[in-house]
Amino acid sequence: MESREQIIREIEHMSKRMRKNALDMALAAGGNSSHFGAGFSIIEITATLYGAIMRYDRNNPEWSERDRFILSKGHGVLGYYTALAEVGFVPVEDLQTFEKTESYLVGHPVINREMGIEFSNGSLGMGLSVGIGVALAGKRRNSKYKVYVLLGDGECNEGSVWEASMAASQFKLDNLVAIIDKNNFQLGGSNSDVMSVGDLAAKWVSFGWDVVDVDGHNIGELYDAFNRVNIPEKPVAIVANSIKGKGVSFAENNNAWHHAVLTKSQYEQALDELNKELAVK
Amino acid sequence: MKINEASIKMWSRIGSRAAFGMAVLELGNTIDDFMVLTADVSTSAGLERFKKTFPDKFLDVGIAEQNMMGIAAGLASEGIKVITTTFAPFQTMRCCEQIRVNLGYMSQNVCMVGLASGIVLGTLGYTHCCIEDVAIMRSIPGITVISPADCGETVKATFAAINHGESVYIRLTGGANNPIVYKDDYDFEIGKAITLRQGSDITIIAVGTMVYESLKAVEILDDRGISASVVNMHTLKPLDTLVIEKACELSKLIVTVEEHSIIGGLGSAVAEYKATLRKSPPQIFIGLPDKFGKAGEYRYLLEKYGLTANQIADRIMNQYERF
Repeated sequence: MESREQIIREIEHMSKRMRKNALDMALAAGGNSSHFGAGFSIIEITATLYGAIMRYDRNNPEWSERDRFILSKGHGVLGYYTALAEVGFVPVEDLQTFEKTESYLVGHPVINREMGIEFSNGSLGMGLSVGIGVALAGKRRNSKYKVYVLLGDGECNEGSVWEASMAASQFKLDNLVAIIDKNNFQLGGSNSDVMSVGDLAAKWVSFGWDVVDVDGHNIGELYDAFNRVNIPEKPVAIVANSIKGKGVSFAENNNAWHHAVLTKSQYEQALDELNKELAVK
Repeated sequence: MKINEASIKMWSRIGSRAAFGMAVLELGNTIDDFMVLTADVSTSAGLERFKKTFPDKFLDVGIAEQNMMGIAAGLASEGIKVITTTFAPFQTMRCCEQIRVNLGYMSQNVCMVGLASGIVLGTLGYTHCCIEDVAIMRSIPGITVISPADCGETVKATFAAINHGESVYIRLTGGANNPIVYKDDYDFEIGKAITLRQGSDITIIAVGTMVYESLKAVEILDDRGISASVVNMHTLKPLDTLVIEKACELSKLIVTVEEHSIIGGLGSAVAEYKATLRKSPPQIFIGLPDKFGKAGEYRYLLEKYGLTANQIADRIMNQYERF
């Protein structure tokens, strides 16, 4: 049995490898651009889930007891496909086909259970409702699986998020976990400039959720939040405070990198930064 | 569940919504992995008995149609047969994109039932009427669209839809004391239109409540020396193109009749296919005009827009002579 510290160390390394792979994907996308910032802000979240928390069987992708993951902020694929590659669902070389014609690695996820892509997403505000349906099915069948839904903070502008939020606590779905990637930006600018989501944690508490606030790039905090014993009969919301474009100096908190083309020289600079980070550990 | 003269009469009396409620009661008895979802309209959907009999198969999501469709897709993705139901405009338009992404794009199969479509709720105003649902639903890939001709067909369509290979939208029209088209049981197959009456001059293709009106119109036309076929095109998508081809071969005039906007519904669907044929007789589009009219009693509105048997017959007479 690995210690907590060992696991956290491994997930930290996994996150760094994912960032390099995400960088390769962004370069491979070329002129098609990629949703750079919002992919890089969720990497520790998806790494922790796929690397240490979720149960699945890569040889039996439709195993009925597997934990389910829904990328409600569907544009976060750089942080999703790289996690699936780390754990063996997606061959690493396939990441080079990202956003290429007829590739299964589309700019927003398209359901492909064999490759570990559980649902189709891309239109914001829909994933949590689907997660409720999956969680209800688990309750009906006395299955022990959990449903993890990853949302963006900008996504919380959508009214349908709050329809779902209201329903999840009404239905007492303690097998449902929503993670809100709070990177403080959306397409058009900062949340506060475009449409403030205010105190997200307080909002989810008031909708009847058991809420945890963590540093979205701190594996230890994420790991502990996912492993925490939760309040019975309440769904869990983890507000993950993150940095859009995390790990690449020129992209961090720079909303020009919401959806942008990565040039070869920018790629080299970013790779250099990530390699230095890797060497430190 | 017995489908015979007595049950058909009873369903007709209670109307399409209550008949639908009887059908789901039967499905609750026969399917374990089955759920009916509603958005705070269980009474209007005829689901009160279902709710009491199968509390674990019933889910009310409150007044939140978008959430209902997402939950339905999530349940369906786990292999549960799901019916969703609310009033037609809310079932199709409020949550249109959830239907498109979750059911169409992601291929999760859900049976959606749009209650009180058309203009039966005319006194409540056009927020509660629905004249656009067929146009919208049939433009989404992966959605089958059915408009039953009477209450018996509502029951049969519900049974067929639950085992269909893709999502289905069932459009319920008409109120209580819904006229009977089929007096006894018959074969219903999704995508297979039913020719109810064979005639030699023209073919009337109708859906929903307008099937009965068309049958009556044909009796009037008979007296005036025009012999008409009547086709119940209960499935609007996929369209039974063979029946249209045959009608175009044999008829001098095609007439489509629907309690739906003349834009995008049955008339448009038939015309889209008909236009590709070598022999393509003229078509009369009988339906609701492209406008939000004044509120009013159902019967009054049907007459105002020419959707009664007499008016359908008159319009066909006039145009037939001109052609």
